[in-house]
Amino acid sequence: MADYKEIINAYKDLPGGLIESYHALQREYSYIPEDAVVYAAQVFDIPKAKAYGVATFYSYLKVGQRGKNVIRICESAPCHIAGADKVVAALEKELGIKMGETTADGKFTLEFAECVGQCQATPVITINSKPYGDITAEKIPAILAEYK
Amino acid sequence: MAEEMRIVLRNVGKIDPLKIDEYINAGGYKSLEKARSMSQIDLIEEVKKSGLRGRGGAGFNCGMKWSFSYKIDTEQKYVVCNADEGEPGTYKDRIIMENDPQSVLEGMAICGYAIGANKGYIYCRGEYPYVVEILNKAIAQAKEKGCLGDFDIEVRMGAGAYVCGEESALIESIEGNRGEPRFKPPFPPVIGLWGKPTIVNNVETFANIPQIVEKGADWYKAIGAPNYPGTKIMTLTGDIANKTFVEVPTNTTIRQVLNDFGGGVAGGNKFKAVQIGGTSGGFIPEAFLDTELNFDAMSAIGATLGSGAFFVMDETRDIVDVVARIAKFFAHESCGKCTPCREGTMRMEEMMERLNNRHGEAADLQRLDRLGRVMTKACLCGLGQAAPSPVLTTMQHFKDDYLAKFN
Repeated sequence: MADYKEIINAYKDLPGGLIESYHALQREYSYIPEDAVVYAAQVFDIPKAKAYGVATFYSYLKVGQRGKNVIRICESAPCHIAGADKVVAALEKELGIKMGETTADGKFTLEFAECVGQCQATPVITINSKPYGDITAEKIPAILAEYK
Repeated sequence: MAEEMRIVLRNVGKIDPLKIDEYINAGGYKSLEKARSMSQIDLIEEVKKSGLRGRGGAGFNCGMKWSFSYKIDTEQKYVVCNADEGEPGTYKDRIIMENDPQSVLEGMAICGYAIGANKGYIYCRGEYPYVVEILNKAIAQAKEKGCLGDFDIEVRMGAGAYVCGEESALIESIEGNRGEPRFKPPFPPVIGLWGKPTIVNNVETFANIPQIVEKGADWYKAIGAPNYPGTKIMTLTGDIANKTFVEVPTNTTIRQVLNDFGGGVAGGNKFKAVQIGGTSGGFIPEAFLDTELNFDAMSAIGATLGSGAFFVMDETRDIVDVVARIAKFFAHESCGKCTPCREGTMRMEEMMERLNNRHGEAADLQRLDRLGRVMTKACLCGLGQAAPSPVLTTMQHFKDDYLAKFN
């Protein structure tokens, strides 16, 4: 795994590059390590509070551990009426964890999301941002198998 | 039977979006060439005269907006494409960018020439990393071909914050900050990105520009409704037979989109409501289905055209349950900068949840009404101002659903 310092340094000279550096960190780790926030504050020459404030403002960014594969379930109105709650129940059962938790082997994290812009195929989930539409409980094992 | 008219989506399915030659062979980049042969003032006048109004939801005259930045004499200006489409039920900008990214780049370059900017940013929502890849490839091809001349475009990715669709919050985010809206005025065309004049337009707005330059303001102005000419892309979702997208002239009615393109309510059920313009839009009952899909006609019935989301609910749907979900959305997405929105969206969620769980009291309806009216006026940005709209319009048009919660 690449060193977080190296990743952040690559964005040092990009105007407003803090968020881009966080994205790059997440592509590598799927989350932002705590220490990386402190280091980013140094590199971009901003207070630690600000670096932390940015990292915690955006729901796709997460400071601290999460699983290798992030599963997001859209709960916006169109997915809500299409049965997002049933998808949540099925995923929780399949993985043996609750929403917001990570499996013991660190492979999967379940998160809620707002609209992911695939409303032609509700309900929708994404795994590492790749969308899967028209989700039913029956489809879930096969989709998860791609990531096991 | 209403007919589709593809201006923005003219190349969808006809060209390979990742082959710039196909875009060029379809007439691409001729408009940029033509624009650069015109004076900046004539170009802005042409766009102004076309009557094109912003397709992101606010509906401001596009050429007029450009003229504000053009007038300012400074070395650095910016063009920003708002590709942060976050209104639930909306996926039109994704369709445009996935199928015809060059038309957006061309529109941005034309704007850059008009206002005197040599740098553009596309702020694409974090939910679409696959679109960011397409855009980056398209930009690389355009640079290699020399199509953009001295105009440079860079893509920045959002990270899941609905409020960043608001133009000053979007600018804050590009600058690497929390996406909190700024106090206005000054507006971005005067003081925007890094304090410089900045034009922020929606993806769909930019994709209209090359066609307007090519065919002229008079051609465009004659399409659709006179006060909001052109076409609008609608994305159909919810309880509708065909969950698809259509581009229609702006004098097309809600009913035509529902029936002629959407195939009516799914499963042959009866229609109950349609929410247009995204999750901040008003709920529309059957009685208003003959309203035209343009900014002014929608405003006249207390609704919005917004982003063009078209979310249908059939007779089996519990409106209070849907609105309670929407209230939760706004409480989650409020950035917390201004008090009326931070506290208001939270209380609104609390009361809607209570009503939905049958624990509400009659006085909650009056409280919601009052809170909603205060937020509409007192919130800093469009998020908080529009957040009460689903609550207020459903209390008006679907009162029975609320009353049923007291039985």
